[in-house]
Amino acid sequence: MKPLPLQVETKSPFKVNSLIKTKKFSDYLWGYVMIAPTMFGLAIFYLWPILQTIYFSFTEWGSFGTFQWIGLENYKLMFNDSDLFQSIKNTTIYIIFTVPIGIFISIIIAVLLNQNIKGKSIYRTLYFLPVITMPAAIAMVWKWLYNGDYGLLNYVLSLIGIKGPNWVTNPDIALFSVMVVAIWSGIGYNMVIFLSGLQGIPSTYYEAARIDGAGPIRMFFKITLPLLSPVIFFVSIMSMIGAFQVFDLIFMMISKSSTALENTQSIVYLFYQHAFILNNKGYAAAIAVLLLIVILIITAIQMILQKKWVHYE
Amino acid sequence: MEKSVQSMKRKSLLIHFILILGSIAMIIPFIWMILTSLKTYAESVQVPPVIMPSDFQWSNYKEVFVLLPFFEFMFNTFIVTVLRTAGQLFLCSLAAYAFARIHFPGRNVFFIITLSVLMVPGQVFLLPQYMIMVKLGWLNTLQAIIVPGLFSAFGTFLLRQFFMGLPKELEEAARLDGCNHFQIFWKIMLPLAKPGLIALGIFTTLWSWNELMWPMIVNSSPEAMTLSVGLSSLQGQYATNYPILMAGSFLAVLPMLVIFFILQKQFIEGIAISGGK
Repeated sequence: MKPLPLQVETKSPFKVNSLIKTKKFSDYLWGYVMIAPTMFGLAIFYLWPILQTIYFSFTEWGSFGTFQWIGLENYKLMFNDSDLFQSIKNTTIYIIFTVPIGIFISIIIAVLLNQNIKGKSIYRTLYFLPVITMPAAIAMVWKWLYNGDYGLLNYVLSLIGIKGPNWVTNPDIALFSVMVVAIWSGIGYNMVIFLSGLQGIPSTYYEAARIDGAGPIRMFFKITLPLLSPVIFFVSIMSMIGAFQVFDLIFMMISKSSTALENTQSIVYLFYQHAFILNNKGYAAAIAVLLLIVILIITAIQMILQKKWVHYE
Repeated sequence: MEKSVQSMKRKSLLIHFILILGSIAMIIPFIWMILTSLKTYAESVQVPPVIMPSDFQWSNYKEVFVLLPFFEFMFNTFIVTVLRTAGQLFLCSLAAYAFARIHFPGRNVFFIITLSVLMVPGQVFLLPQYMIMVKLGWLNTLQAIIVPGLFSAFGTFLLRQFFMGLPKELEEAARLDGCNHFQIFWKIMLPLAKPGLIALGIFTTLWSWNELMWPMIVNSSPEAMTLSVGLSSLQGQYATNYPILMAGSFLAVLPMLVIFFILQKQFIEGIAISGGK
């Protein structure tokens, strides 16, 4: 706490001290009062639930909201749960494809939009549209576009002589179809963040490189990518955490009775099923804890790896 | 010289070509949604597909309101979005100001606790939150969606970063004038933090309007349903009637589209702020 310039004007040192003290005390009070509502709400709705979920992961639930301690049973069950393994596999595939491809496309679009061209803001608006659109609605439209018999996509394919599959009901490609939608809807968000990152790169760097005779590709790899790497790092962490929690698209696009469900259900989808449909709340809690641990590990790994490839100015 | 002008032209043509291809991919689902929503059922399943509906079937939209209480869904979603956004902006900015500008014992501990919530995936909170709602008797009420959404670790963090970046001089001058912290916060800091508030406001608005899982868990009865959940139940009941489904989807996304077109600049800047510094 910096002493206030107050003391210069007052004469009695005793008075100054007490004044500063009451000021300080009122500072503390204001601090606590101002954070109180948020801390109170976070404690009730977020912090306490974290502890409770961990506790629940060691319990089994009866039908009337009763539960009993069963120790590590839920965690042991996980090792024999082929559905869980499949959902981990699905989620991993989903992340491996959607995150890098999504980031790659967004960077390309952002770099192109960062050039001196006409109609920038129109392009930006169009690419941004899916970001503001409700995932439930996005899922429905794409399900319709993907429709095996009447969908627009298969019609377009038929024009060039390809018989399109049933995109969302065929177990072999349903996950792929969902991933395309995920990438499509995420481009705009990442693009805007990359664009603001690009605008922070001083143009003098490019001018100097141009004088040295560097072409656009070389400049992209030698200037743009390294200087954009903190932003890429941020976006990749956020996209990964987001991709880990994929639910809406799968829930809306894949019907509950579909044979493709097994090959598409994500970890969070399985959590939802166990928690709110099957009433295996203890097991669901264990899945949530697993998710928490995995996300923390991944964030930690990314933090360590970033030292190798992220350049801070 | 002429050569370089020509190559510049060629380059910008190529850029436009790629961007236009991408834009088409972005816009087609929206156009198809609107076109399908205006077709008859028979037209929608015609092979090869008809692009333009022969006669605009506005009745599909009327049908959506007949099949489900869609006006109520819209109203519920609107209330939830407005209250959550307003509440979060107020509470988060209060806490954020204190974290950024007031020294008090335990400040860092409280802030680290807030950050720790930020690291935890949302599913970890869901079960206990649901049980709180059961205990309070709040299932199938709007407050079940609104109240937990008033508090945000993310919002507090985002705005704290913002307050940290504001100049100290104004604040000190105001303190000499005898303003207390709330007055400084309300009259001086809040107006200066407007870009941060807009960013958080846009985030919360989008999130509240579009969220599916939590509203689905706590509110399954029509009178307290939001649009996302409404769409999912529309899909459950009219699985193959795509003109109706598309009309419902378009109604659900239209308000956000309108707001976006009005506040485009703020939306894009807000997103950029949240991802940036």
